Amino acid sequence: MQPPALAWEQVTKLYGDTAAVADVSLAVDGGSFVALVGTSGSGKSTLLKMANRLVEPTRGRVLLGGEDVTRGPAPAVRRRIGYVFQNIGLFPHLTVAENVAIGPRISGQPVPDVAQLLDLLELPRDVAPRMPAELSGGQRQRVGIARALAPGAKLLLLDEAFGALDPVTRDALGQRLRALHDELGLTTILVTHDMAEALLLATRVVVMKAGRVVADETPAALLAGGGGDAAQALVAVPRDQAARLAAVR
Amino acid sequence: MSGFLAALSRVPPLLAAHVTLSLAAIALGLAIAAPLAIVAARRPRVAAVALGFASLIQTVPALALLALFFPLLLLVGGGALPALGFLPSLLALTLYALLPLLRNGVASLRGIDPAVIEAADAVGMTPAQKLRLVEAPLAAPVAIAGLRTAAVWTIGAATLSTTVGQPSLGDLIFAGLQTQSWSLVLAGCLAAAALALAVDALMGLVERGIAARRRGLWLAALAVLAGGMLAATAPLWWPAKGGDRPLVTVGAKNFAEQYILARLIGDRLERAGYRVEYRDGLGSAVIFGAVASGAVDVYVDYAGTIWTNEMKRADVPDRAAMLRTIGEWTARTRGVRLVAALGFENAYAFAMREPVARARGIATLADLAAQSPSLRLGSDLEFLERPEWAAVRRAYPMRFAAATPFSPTFMYQALASGRVDAITAFSSDGRIAAEHLRVLTDPKHAIPGYDAILLVAPGRAKDARFLAALRPLAGRIGVEAMRQANYRVDREADKQSPEQAAAWLAGAIRLQ
Repeated sequence: MQPPALAWEQVTKLYGDTAAVADVSLAVDGGSFVALVGTSGSGKSTLLKMANRLVEPTRGRVLLGGEDVTRGPAPAVRRRIGYVFQNIGLFPHLTVAENVAIGPRISGQPVPDVAQLLDLLELPRDVAPRMPAELSGGQRQRVGIARALAPGAKLLLLDEAFGALDPVTRDALGQRLRALHDELGLTTILVTHDMAEALLLATRVVVMKAGRVVADETPAALLAGGGGDAAQALVAVPRDQAARLAAVR
Repeated sequence: MSGFLAALSRVPPLLAAHVTLSLAAIALGLAIAAPLAIVAARRPRVAAVALGFASLIQTVPALALLALFFPLLLLVGGGALPALGFLPSLLALTLYALLPLLRNGVASLRGIDPAVIEAADAVGMTPAQKLRLVEAPLAAPVAIAGLRTAAVWTIGAATLSTTVGQPSLGDLIFAGLQTQSWSLVLAGCLAAAALALAVDALMGLVERGIAARRRGLWLAALAVLAGGMLAATAPLWWPAKGGDRPLVTVGAKNFAEQYILARLIGDRLERAGYRVEYRDGLGSAVIFGAVASGAVDVYVDYAGTIWTNEMKRADVPDRAAMLRTIGEWTARTRGVRLVAALGFENAYAFAMREPVARARGIATLADLAAQSPSLRLGSDLEFLERPEWAAVRRAYPMRFAAATPFSPTFMYQALASGRVDAITAFSSDGRIAAEHLRVLTDPKHAIPGYDAILLVAPGRAKDARFLAALRPLAGRIGVEAMRQANYRVDREADKQSPEQAAAWLAGAIRLQ
C-alpha cells in the first residue's frame, strides 16, 4: 500500500503551557487538495509549518512519503516541499528570474526553465529580468508560487497565500492554483480562514479549533450540513452572505 | 611657506605608517566584529553584552586607552610582547573601531524583513547559504556605513599612537604643538583629514554602489581604494636607499631640547653609516622602558629623572656619585648602558618674573614656600605627579593657591601673562635668560642633579661603531650652548626647526 504523501501522527506543539496544536493525527493522500480552515489562533499555520520543519513539534512525528522529516538535515526536507506564504518573501536583491531559480541553484540542480514557470503562473515573460519591487502584489505572489514549484516539488504548502491580495486577484489566482494542481498532479495543502475559498478549491476540508481537528469532510458534505457546529459556523458565513446578496436584488 | 613645504616632505613615510596601522586595526576589528555581529543578531543577550562592552570602551578617551596598553602589555607579556609601538596602537584602535562595526552589523542583520528570512529557510537554504546569498547582500549597505564610521574614527585616533612610540601623522602634530611650529601641525592635520575624507568618500561610493546594485560602481570605488592604500604605503614596500645599512631608532621626549639632541645624535649615527629613525614625543615613564626593550636604541635622559622615577631614590648625593650609581643600576637591572654625561644639567628650577620676585622678596624655595598660599604655580605636564615635587614639599612645606599643569611652551606664556606667579622651569631653557626670569635657589638640596645622560639599549651596548659615534658628545655640551640651541626652537619669532638648531649646536661646540 502506498503511504500517504504527508502524515501527522499524534503531533503536539506547546508554546510555554499553551498548546498551539494538541495531539493531531492527519494523513494526506497524494494528489489531494486539502484546505485547513479555522479562525485565527486555531493552530492551522503551526500544523502546516511542522511539515517543512519551520516549526519543530513538541511531541509526535511528521512523515513525508512515509519517512520521518526529522531524519536528516532540515534544508534537505524543505527542498522537496514547495512553500508559499502570505508575506511572500521574495529576495529583494535578486531579479524575478533569480528568485524563481533559487531552489535548484542552492541544491546544485540544473537551472530550471524560468520562462515556462512564468507561463504556468500566467505571468508575462518580460518580468523575468525585473526586481520584485517593480511588481504588483498579485504578480509577486505568482512569482512566489513559481519559486515554490521550480525545484519540481510535488507537495505544495500554502499558508494564507492569498490573504493580502484584493478579491479579484485572489479569485483568479485561486482558480489558477487549482488548475495547476490538476495539471501537475500536485498534493496541495492550503491554510486559509476563508471557508468560501476552501469550499471552492479543495477536495477535502479540515476544520481546526483550539489546536484540534474538529471536522474533516468533503466540500459537498459540509454544504449538506455535516462536520459539526464549529464547521457549520464557518460555512454559515459565505452562505448568509450569498443569501443577503440575493435579497439585495 | 618653505617651512610648510619642508613639513609636507615629512608626510610620505608617516602616511605609510599611518595607513598601515589604520588598515590593520580596521581589518582586525572587522574580523572580530563580523562573527560577533552575526551571533549577536540572533541572540539578544550576546548583543547586549557585546554592545555594552564596545560602548564602555568608547567612553575611555582614545589617548588614555592607548596609554593603558603600555602597562597592560608589560604585565601580560612579561617583556616578551612589545609594549610600545605598533602592537599597543593596533589593539587600542581595534577596540575603538568595534562599536560602530558591531552596532551597524547587528542593526543591518536585524533590519532584514523577517519574511525574506522565512523564505530563505523555506526554500531549503543552509545557514551558510542564507548568510552568503541573502543576509550578507541585504545587510551590506548598513554594515558598510558602520565600516565607514569606523575607518574615519580610526584614521583620526591613529594620530594619537605617536604617544606610545608608533610613527603616524600624529608625529607632525605633536612635535608641532610642542615647539609651536604651526606648519608641522598644519601638515599633519591636513594629511590626516585628507586621508579620512578620501577613504570616507570612496567607501561612500562602495556603499551607494551596493545599495543601488551597481556592481561596476562599487568595484571601481573598491579598486581606487585599494590602489590608494597601495600607493600610500609604497614607502614601506620600497625602503629608502641604503636599505642594507643597519637601522637605529633615536628616541626623544616631548620638548625642544630632546628633539634637538635626538637630531644631533641621529646626524652622528648617519655619518657613522646607520639609517636613523626618530621616535619623538615619548613620555618619561615610557621612554626608559623603550630603551630597555630595544624599541629605542638611544636617547638622552636626565640623572634626577632616572634616580627618582626609576630607582625610587629620595636621597640627593653629589652629581658624580649619582651618575656612577645610575650607570651601575641601569646596567645591572635592565642592561641599559649609560654611555656618557653630555656636560650640561637640565634641572627643575623654580622661576619667577624678576620684578615680582624682587617686590615680594623671594630668592629661595624657602621664601617661595612661606608666601605660597597667595601664589599660583604653573608646572609642566608631569611635574605635579613626580617624586621630585613630593621631595620639594617635604623640604619646603608649600601650599599654593592653585597649581596648574601646562605643556612647556604654554607654561612660559602663562608666567609672562601673569596667570601664574611661579613655574617649574628647566635650567637649560633659553627662555630663562631671554625672559629675565629669576631662578630660585635650593638651599636644602631637595632637587637632585639632572645631568643629561646618553642611555643606550642593551642590543647596542657592545656595538663599537655605534658607541664610537656617540662618545665625542661626552662632556661636550655646555649649558650655555644648550640654552641657545633651545631658544632657537622655542622663541616666538624667527623659529628654527630642531634639525637647524642641532646643526647650529654641532657648529657651536665644534663637533665635526
